[in-house]
Amino acid sequence: MSEFRDEVSIVLGGAAGQGIQTVEGILTYALKRSGYHVYANKEYMSRVRGGINTTEIRVSSRRVRAFVRRIDILVPFKQGVLSWVVDRIGKNTVVLGERENVEESFLGKVNLVEVPPTKLALETGSQLYLNTTVAGLIVGLFHGDFGAVEEYIGKRFGDKGEKVVQKNIEAARKGYELGVKLHSDGTIKVEIKRDEKVKEEILLSGTEAVGIGALAGGMNFLSFYPMSPSTGVSTFAAQKAEEFRIIVEQVEDEISAINMALGAWFAGARAMVSTSGGGFALTSEALSLAGMAENPIVIHLAQRPGPATGLPTRTMQGDLNLVLYAGHGDFPRIVLAPGSMEEAFYLTAEAFNLADRYQVPVIILTDQYFVDTYYNLPKPDVGRVKFERYIVEAKPGYRRYELTEDGISPRAVPGYGEEVVIANGNEHDEWGDITEDAELTKLMQEKRAVRKLETIRRNAPLPRLIGSKDAKYLVVSWGSALHAVEEALEKLNRNDVALLHFSWVYPLNPETKRFFEGKTVIAVENNITGQFADLLRKELGVEVHRRVLKYDGRPFSVEEVFDALKGVIE
Amino acid sequence: MNLPTGREAFEPRRPGSEDVAWCPGCGNFGIRNILISALAELGLRPSQVAIISGIGQAAKMPHYINANGYHTLHGRAIPIATGVKAANPELTVIAEGGDGDMYAEGGNHLLHAIRRNPDITVLIHDNRIYGLTKGQASPTTMVGMKTPTQPWGVFEEPFNPVALAVAMNASFVARTFMGYFRESVEIIKKAIQHRGLAIVDILHPCVSFNRVNTYAWYREHTYWMDDHDPHDREAAFRRAIETDPLPLGIFYINERPTFEESVPAYRTDKRPLWKREPKLDLVEEFFESKRL
Ligand SMILES: Cc1ncc(C[n+]2csc(CCOP(=O)(O)OP(=O)(O)O)c2C)c(N)n1
Ligand code: SF4
Repeated sequence: MSEFRDEVSIVLGGAAGQGIQTVEGILTYALKRSGYHVYANKEYMSRVRGGINTTEIRVSSRRVRAFVRRIDILVPFKQGVLSWVVDRIGKNTVVLGERENVEESFLGKVNLVEVPPTKLALETGSQLYLNTTVAGLIVGLFHGDFGAVEEYIGKRFGDKGEKVVQKNIEAARKGYELGVKLHSDGTIKVEIKRDEKVKEEILLSGTEAVGIGALAGGMNFLSFYPMSPSTGVSTFAAQKAEEFRIIVEQVEDEISAINMALGAWFAGARAMVSTSGGGFALTSEALSLAGMAENPIVIHLAQRPGPATGLPTRTMQGDLNLVLYAGHGDFPRIVLAPGSMEEAFYLTAEAFNLADRYQVPVIILTDQYFVDTYYNLPKPDVGRVKFERYIVEAKPGYRRYELTEDGISPRAVPGYGEEVVIANGNEHDEWGDITEDAELTKLMQEKRAVRKLETIRRNAPLPRLIGSKDAKYLVVSWGSALHAVEEALEKLNRNDVALLHFSWVYPLNPETKRFFEGKTVIAVENNITGQFADLLRKELGVEVHRRVLKYDGRPFSVEEVFDALKGVIE
Repeated sequence: MNLPTGREAFEPRRPGSEDVAWCPGCGNFGIRNILISALAELGLRPSQVAIISGIGQAAKMPHYINANGYHTLHGRAIPIATGVKAANPELTVIAEGGDGDMYAEGGNHLLHAIRRNPDITVLIHDNRIYGLTKGQASPTTMVGMKTPTQPWGVFEEPFNPVALAVAMNASFVARTFMGYFRESVEIIKKAIQHRGLAIVDILHPCVSFNRVNTYAWYREHTYWMDDHDPHDREAAFRRAIETDPLPLGIFYINERPTFEESVPAYRTDKRPLWKREPKLDLVEEFFESKRL
């Protein structure tokens, strides 16, 4: 007898190649369609077959967007899963599945609800239907909308023919009936209120949010070299290339990727490079060129733990310093780090306007946890996306690097106007020709590295304050840590603790300083040193009093943040 | 305002373009003349041309010609030029640099540009030495030549760009010596007009650091291929591996689809990318599909 109210955290675990994604896909879709809020995130090993991968799916009566350590229902697809997640199993955890998927040492110790999905799949005709059977079983526990399961299967397996669709639906139904039975005989009682509005919401992953944000921002050129966990965005763009009439090219290395994108921007395209820390490291030479030539560029960097190849499929917020300081010499840049799917969409779109306007590198920092997370949300308002171009016509007398008050020279593109455009990675005069003149060098350095930076800084948006501005404690988060911290604070439920979240990470508007006055500041970061906390000191002279850091390659769970904050707050 | 036309149009009138950094007597002056003539004779206007260069003495070209230009990084002219052409196929795009630039630091990009086949012209000022950094061996320096950094004499096999390009089935491969003005203009015109990646290795003396490959040496050690069919790849390869005398002319022409022709961006829409706006209706459609 197990009962779950308001919310349940389901974890599916198995080997790479066992098709857990199929179960995840059916479940999240069907449960959302049934009116439940859903959240999903996976963690996986850096191998193509075998190993142990898990997916967490939270199903709730209210919006859920963060990872929890707690497992309510664990569905193992092979032995080894329980050992892998042993520290997440509690006395209320139900292990749902077949006895042979549970290690000897756990038998008798865990709350095992034995069900025979393999047998049901074989009755349907093949072991192949195991995944759909399990998906049906779980939807059944919720008395979910079976029509949604059928619909999903129809879409997903449609191109494999009517027979495959029918067989999978049959398998799912067998599972579903079993699930309903477990519910009604009280073996596993799941009672979660439904919300009609959820049905019409969309499901969106971090990868998709960045990808579609880029397209909304007018991205029409993407060059990349594959590297986890950034490749998803390139794949997304490639899949959309025909429809959107854009260029997506897999090139020989990251050096080529960024240089090609710089060339494209020079000629007026809106280009993006999607990479990870190791790839970004290779691009720093060209980043510096972008700085000197004032060539716009947008780079998406999906972080994974480093140094070097680190943990290829795991997560960390460890590349902030890399993007802040990569490249030689002084030049401004903008660093954005979305914390939610909405932010990922709007910020990525805006990144292209910013690059165009300020003619600097704009870096969008996500991480493995973020790009692999998805949940339901109201459809973003596409009308809010503004397309702002800052291109001028090259009229006779045009000077690419005209010295201006705000540090921003009018940018023309070749072929628009009769005059020519000369860009240069060497120090240059106003026309773009090489100079070694001491006075001009000073003026150009000041224009780029001081005046332009000041303009960007002045216009930078302020961070988002969640909670009271009079709170005694101020918790600071940036990027993907947002939801875990937000939910932990909700649980903490104290009005003397507020959250200050940064999605615009650099440069910081000096006004930001006022949020910190008289507060005890606690930074929550997924890295070992507290890179953002250091940045706050450097940029604003703000002292962070406590750092809550996690650096085992895993994301923060709500419980971890909650426990850590309780430890800090009196 | 009446802008000049013909050769005159390509003479820069910017203040910084007067201080030419090339050594007196250098072959780069000849290449500049050749390039200006080729552009003018093709009837192009400066605003229609984009010269993307790397780093080195050769790569200073954009400052001494009136055309759109981007003086970039050592070895990176080719990917940047590829991006420029992809973003705006209406431009005539030329990537320019030295032998160190294109064959050493930029070697990998050259290989993959041959595969990708953007419609750009790659001009390599091949002086068989590093000029700007003052006389180190380059990938094309001849075996035995002594330099300050190879005092024992170069022993590495010289890079053979022509053989390499033919072996990789490049779209257009030629070699010329800048001392032959008229012939060089014609070759470069053909290279620019060619649809696809055109590689022209331009032999030129470096009067400051290369005392072996002088004007006289190039005249003595080169010949024009008068009886060669550039569509015959095997014949092209046989010519390409001749080392002394070095054949001059167009080695190989191979018509195949260009990068810009192959990407979906221009299939139904011919406008350069800077004239386009985001397709927000498709973004909206995407979100609708995520309701499923
Ligand atoms: C990344 C990088 N490495 C090294 C250099 C230094 N460097 C400048 S020019 C040059 C070689 C130039 O030789 P080449 O390309 O043959 O051109 P040339 O000057 O002979 O025309 C080198 C190594 C540089 N600018 N950038
Ligand atoms: S160093 Fe050599 S190649 Fe460079 S300008 Fe002088 S002579 Fe010409």
